[in-house]
Amino acid sequence: MVTPDGDPGPASRGTDPDGLGVVLRVPRALAADLGGRREVVLPVPDRRRLDGLLDALVPVHPALARRLRDETGSLRRFVNVYVDGLDVRRSDGLATPVGAGQTVEVIQSVAGG
Amino acid sequence: METAVLAIGTRKGLWLATSDDRTAWRLSQPHFLMHEIPSVAVDTRGGRTRVLVGLRSEHWGPTVVHSDDLGATWSEPEQGAITFGADDGAALERVWQIQPDGEDRPGVVWAGCEPISVWRSADHGEHFDLVRGLWDHPHRGEWGAGYGGAAAHTVLPSPVDDTVHVAMSTGGVYRSNDAGTTWRPRNSGISAYFMPGPAPEFGQCVHKVARDAQDPRRLYAQNHHGVYRSDDAGDTWTSIADGLPSDFGFVMLAHPRRGGTLWVVPLVADGERVPPQGRLAVHRSDDGGRTWTEQADGLPTGHFNAVLRDAACVDTGDPAGVYLGTRAGDVYASADEGAAFVRVADRLPDVLSLRAALVPG
Repeated sequence: MVTPDGDPGPASRGTDPDGLGVVLRVPRALAADLGGRREVVLPVPDRRRLDGLLDALVPVHPALARRLRDETGSLRRFVNVYVDGLDVRRSDGLATPVGAGQTVEVIQSVAGG
Repeated sequence: METAVLAIGTRKGLWLATSDDRTAWRLSQPHFLMHEIPSVAVDTRGGRTRVLVGLRSEHWGPTVVHSDDLGATWSEPEQGAITFGADDGAALERVWQIQPDGEDRPGVVWAGCEPISVWRSADHGEHFDLVRGLWDHPHRGEWGAGYGGAAAHTVLPSPVDDTVHVAMSTGGVYRSNDAGTTWRPRNSGISAYFMPGPAPEFGQCVHKVARDAQDPRRLYAQNHHGVYRSDDAGDTWTSIADGLPSDFGFVMLAHPRRGGTLWVVPLVADGERVPPQGRLAVHRSDDGGRTWTEQADGLPTGHFNAVLRDAACVDTGDPAGVYLGTRAGDVYASADEGAAFVRVADRLPDVLSLRAALVPG
């Protein structure tokens, strides 16, 4: 499924058909920090947790990493992250398990005046 | 032939205005729309014009970007220009001030930030190092936050030696005599009416400080109620509020070359942060604050919006240009040291920061 704005639907695994990695999907506002893409497949992190996945972003996509977490490692207040559709703030936060075949989706929350 | 460049930082983006005569202005399309721009700088040292922008996304956090082609392209260091280290236990919230140093320190740029911290770059503002002497200061745990946040909003390196002054809300004025290694509070004589008892050694809510153009030991301060001058590099302060309609406001500007000339933009009071009688005006002194003259030609009446601390600036023209922007999104420019103003822009988002420079046309 591809939505009119080019956003692959939530069930799509088009960039990772074998399901061996973790699909990270970002909003349009962050595509420039991902080389113009909206999606990247990352290796399953060693700790198999969200923070491990985000740590792995730092050397390869440092600007994107800074947009998502501040220097203390916390998710920025108005950054929402979903693992297979589950809001990590309603789960284990940065310790939320992340494994092969899962999709991590970043969505900006409602904010701004 | 020189062109005046005016960088206008607002709550929802940056505009660049240009003018050949500082009277007729051309306004760019917005840059960084929906990003807050609390700080801008136009660094013309070394024959290059670099616009530095401290921007902040509500979603994606703060960062510093720069342009060497007046906004045609922008660069952002991938690792971020200003970032706390893992051991600092802090995260950058907002860049309140970007201050290029003098001509004899061409690569040095200072930044004042929230949380209260000062940073120094030696590479033209691309990477900044935390000034540890202030960050590790024993007073830091007692510094507070004004309404806008706890920030070092003013950084003033001296043009003649290693003195640096910093002003913070709330914390007051601090001075380093050794380029930032050690710091001492310098608030003697500045009130802190919002605290009980006599004025403390530190904790004042100093809104803005400017350095005199000819005497680097002379400073002017707009306080949270109180307008002051120091003739001894901040060791002592005396009131220069007599003759002003109010001692409250945010702006303090010093003339770029002439000693003793300064401007403030009075607001009624802490509890009434609007121009007196709704008449927007600057007040200028040419004698170090002993006497004041209102300048309002071209400025609006029926205007009930504040001018924030960095939403005003001067340029280096002769005569000097004076600029101010309001929370209503109006921007005014004077090409004659405040004698008359023209409107550069109106109905922009709230103006947070203004900086002007004259560049080769």
